[in-house]
Amino acid sequence: MKMIACVSPKTSGTLSVLGLDPDEAPATIKARLGVVPQETNLDPDFTSYGNLFTYARYFDIPENAAAKKADELLEFVQLTEKRDVTIEKLSGGMKRRLILARALVNNPDILILDEPTIGLDPQARHLIWEKLRALQAQGNTIVLTTHYLDEAARLCDRLVIMDNGRILVEGAPADLVKEHAGHEIVEVENTAEIISCLRDLRIAYEVAGDMIQVATESSRDIARILLDRCHPEKVVTRPATLEDVFLKLTGRKLRE
Amino acid sequence: MPNILSIPAVSWRARKVWHRNMVVFARTWQVNFFPPLVEALLYLFAIGLGIGSYVKEIEGIPYVTFIAPAILAIAVMNSAFFECTYGSYVRMYYQKSFDAMIATPLSIEDVIAGELLWGATRSVIYVVIMLPVLAVFGVISLPFALLAVPLAFLGGLMFAGIAMCFTAVTPGIDTLNYPSFLFITPMSLFSGTFFPLTLMPVALQYIALALLPLTHLVAIMRMFTLGTVSPVLLLHLVWITLITVLCCIVAINLMRKRLIV
Repeated sequence: MKMIACVSPKTSGTLSVLGLDPDEAPATIKARLGVVPQETNLDPDFTSYGNLFTYARYFDIPENAAAKKADELLEFVQLTEKRDVTIEKLSGGMKRRLILARALVNNPDILILDEPTIGLDPQARHLIWEKLRALQAQGNTIVLTTHYLDEAARLCDRLVIMDNGRILVEGAPADLVKEHAGHEIVEVENTAEIISCLRDLRIAYEVAGDMIQVATESSRDIARILLDRCHPEKVVTRPATLEDVFLKLTGRKLRE
Repeated sequence: MPNILSIPAVSWRARKVWHRNMVVFARTWQVNFFPPLVEALLYLFAIGLGIGSYVKEIEGIPYVTFIAPAILAIAVMNSAFFECTYGSYVRMYYQKSFDAMIATPLSIEDVIAGELLWGATRSVIYVVIMLPVLAVFGVISLPFALLAVPLAFLGGLMFAGIAMCFTAVTPGIDTLNYPSFLFITPMSLFSGTFFPLTLMPVALQYIALALLPLTHLVAIMRMFTLGTVSPVLLLHLVWITLITVLCCIVAINLMRKRLIV
């Protein structure tokens, strides 16, 4: 992400952003990017408005236009009430929204977001998602990284799952789920009886901690068979998600 | 990868960084206005008039007039040095302001150059506030002493560059205390400030001239405030200019190395 944002030099290979080489024309590229970093780095010496106005000035936006843009964006991220409040008085969610607004001061051609909703409560996350979808609807290109797979499933048209710096799969979220995790998942408790029962029935399963998962096209049928033949205490059926794809592809071991 | 002495590609955008610091400074101008005023008065009363009543004259000059340029030079040193050590470190490390700036068309070189120029500007502001106080006490010769203002910018830039080198290599904010106490404080005493350099052993005089930047700044400042210029001025000026250019270049390259990963 930092290499795309022309902040870190590229380590190897070739890189082209907006058709330009980050080594040759970093300022030209950066003028057309909007970056939401993972870390909150708003300027504590300024108010909400001051942050947007000052940042716009770094992009050589004239004062009048910068002032107008700052107020417009405060309204867009619903922070007009906090216009003249210093940064330390904003909540975590407000800060993230202000950073999103800051990334938009230059009407970027590409918006780059690094874990935009990390550490936010559900309301704050939904508000950020809503704003991102509004931007998407206006035809903006958004590149985002996230560990929240529900976020990826909601927002992305195209997504890449990476592990240890390598691309594992690429595609639309729904297609990836269908392809790698099946339609639906049936979960039953992990006991020796149930495992042997599943083996007898020749049903493929996967052990996930204290649960056993069966990927299927028709969870109803599998659930019925399981209930009739294996007598589990509880059976849960649910649609397969990106999280299932991710865990299947990258394994369940903690990555540290 | 550029090495430590390569000429950094600084663009005119550096002035945006300077301007950001200026705006923050101007907003709290009441707070920033008093320290130079008070400092000038403290030095004048405590050392100038206090010690001065015993010392009377040094090299045929009233003691308080002798130390007036030292008050200015020390102010130039301190304001630029502390701005570009603690001030810049806070903006870099705690506020992450540099990270935010380099996501815009500003490059890291622009950011550091802007910080250095701002450090020099702090020195100029300090001197501009102090000059009238010294003038009221009649210890500087006007209008010649007004040259202290451009000199403050050059001297300020030198100490800003030196400071930024320390900031670029310091592991944390606490370790910035070392250059402050081991370099800046002794320098403000042994650079021909409150007593002439010639009182020290010859070897120490040479060391002071070779290694203590303040020595040269005080020497020029004294010529300006007394209104008596000698050709040695050029030597001092060349020394300061060389060190300024060198330190600013090294500072920008070191900072680049620290921040671009």
